[in-house]
Amino acid sequence: MTLSRRGFIKVGGAAMTLPLLGGAAFGQAEKLKIGFIYVGSINDNGYNYAHNQGRLYVEENLGDAVETMFVENVPEGPDCERVVRELAQQGCKLIFATSFGFGDSVIKVAPEFPDVAFEHATGYMKADNVGLYNARFYEGRAVCGVIAGHMSKTAKAGYIGSFPIPEVVMGINSFVLAARQVNPEFTITPVYISTWNDPAKEADAARAMIDQGIDIIAQHTDGPAALQVAAERGIVGGFGQGADMSAFAPETQLTAIIDHWGPHYLASAKAVLEGTWAPGDTWEGLKEDVVQMGPYHSKVPADVVKAAEAMRTGQIDGSVHIFTGPIKDHTGTERVAAGVTMTDAELLSMDWYVEGVIPPA
Amino acid sequence: MDLTIAILVTVVGASTPILIAALGELVVERSGVLNLGVEGMMLLGAIAGFVVQFHTGNHYLALICGAAAGMAASLIFGFLTLSLSANQTATGLALTIFGTGFSALAGASYSARPVTLMSPIFPELAAHPVLRVIFGYSFPAYFAIFMVFAIWFFLKRTRAGLILRAVGENDLSAHSIGYSVIKVRYFAVMFGGAMAGIAGACFPLTLTPQWAEGMTAGRGWIAVALVVFASWRPFRLLGGAYLFGLVMTMELYAKAGGGPLSAIPSELWAALPYIATIAVLVLISLRRDASTNAPACLGKPFMPSN
Repeated sequence: MTLSRRGFIKVGGAAMTLPLLGGAAFGQAEKLKIGFIYVGSINDNGYNYAHNQGRLYVEENLGDAVETMFVENVPEGPDCERVVRELAQQGCKLIFATSFGFGDSVIKVAPEFPDVAFEHATGYMKADNVGLYNARFYEGRAVCGVIAGHMSKTAKAGYIGSFPIPEVVMGINSFVLAARQVNPEFTITPVYISTWNDPAKEADAARAMIDQGIDIIAQHTDGPAALQVAAERGIVGGFGQGADMSAFAPETQLTAIIDHWGPHYLASAKAVLEGTWAPGDTWEGLKEDVVQMGPYHSKVPADVVKAAEAMRTGQIDGSVHIFTGPIKDHTGTERVAAGVTMTDAELLSMDWYVEGVIPPA
Repeated sequence: MDLTIAILVTVVGASTPILIAALGELVVERSGVLNLGVEGMMLLGAIAGFVVQFHTGNHYLALICGAAAGMAASLIFGFLTLSLSANQTATGLALTIFGTGFSALAGASYSARPVTLMSPIFPELAAHPVLRVIFGYSFPAYFAIFMVFAIWFFLKRTRAGLILRAVGENDLSAHSIGYSVIKVRYFAVMFGGAMAGIAGACFPLTLTPQWAEGMTAGRGWIAVALVVFASWRPFRLLGGAYLFGLVMTMELYAKAGGGPLSAIPSELWAALPYIATIAVLVLISLRRDASTNAPACLGKPFMPSN
């Protein structure tokens, strides 16, 4: 591609207004095109919304140096392969596949485009030009678990999951471990609804759990439906997932786990612009600000807020790791010895429930 | 006991939109037209109902606008399949794709905007621990049951209903004795669209007070299957809708309760309505009784030879 004078002035101008790029931007004949693939709608107020906020964060910070595009509502499966290929053919040099189920497609297409950098969220398969990135959502769930342990009167919480993948299982376990540190009687019933987006089913699942005695609800699906049912039924409360959902249940959301992907996306984009990108394997959390907690509701008592903050700051300074033994599984067998902390690899393949989880079939 | 009541209340909530949409489709199919666009019309009804409720706060106006949106979409289908004799199956599928996309576009700026649920018609009785199983619902649940009777009466006991059935069973004969097949089918298709629109509007107004893309999540297809399951009869449709609703709801209660039923994998629960429909189709085909069969002209464009 030849560099036209106008194009040169534009790129040069962009680089001058963005000194953080340094001279490297002059080497780029065109804008860096970045593609994002979302499993749901950017208007879901949850997981996909949060990824899209990350995309906008990159645009805000790099301005004219980048051009971003996104494809939403991409089903996990063969369809994704087509979308990955299309984005690469449209000239994207950096592609973020933001859902676990996109992994196979990315691994399959990536060798065809060796000059494109791929990053897959929450996955486990790397390649020469495929990096992995993830967020330690379980750290946020531990904070929610502390609040649940203190505030639940029935000592029973419900948890709506999409699919029993390690990411979801880990979140459930973290929530229960934290809650049982406060109240050893605490139990949780996970219900999997086999979809990321079916608000009516999420709502009915929440009703089914509340009718059977739970008074705190958490969810690992992409929308606020469960929180709204919690509000409708007037139970103790629930937690926002992915984004602050207090607009949907102002009196019910106790706090929220907020995904803050922006800094990671910005770092990757800069690395590609500077030619230093290498397939990484990052897993950042509260400490790196990739996971944030929403505001605590005023009905959360001060001592509970204090305990929750202790859990949050402990995880930031490294003094607390929720997956430190002794940890028993739901059958009572010890799986992690006292004082031992589970490794990241163990966490990312977690397929067993800790004590206190009433396991789904 | 309390739990049984609670389950039944949830079942009625889950069944109502399916029942309303399926009643509309039943009338459409009895006139000889197969409209597979139910899911799309429901989504258009859902977004229209949501937007109107959000701006006016009036649930009934929202239902009416949901009906209008579904009816408008059904007119597109009617024009293509009735006036232009396009293939009904393909046009219906296209309508579903259109409805999914258009509702997402129209609703893009309405995320993060909660609305309120319709309140029960009998607020005092809705709080009663037992009577709420009968009196605990908002308007659509009663409307659905009323429409079962109304449609049964219309098809069985009125002249207009007889004409509609005649058009569906033998369009050429109906045409030759002077009835306008196309006009009857237009009315049926519009009615089906309005019912699908109301059914869609039930999602943000009675189930989960928000707009989410694709929020009907395949219930329109269950409604289409239900019409076959009910072998085109309103009262069987009523039973079938509650049965399908029970299956969908019991899955969640069983998993949340951890009882023996929770051992059934969720994929099987999700497939049950369709398995039941296939079973009914097999049963129908085994029977010789012609009256249980589909309307004879179902899905065939009306093209008189002259």
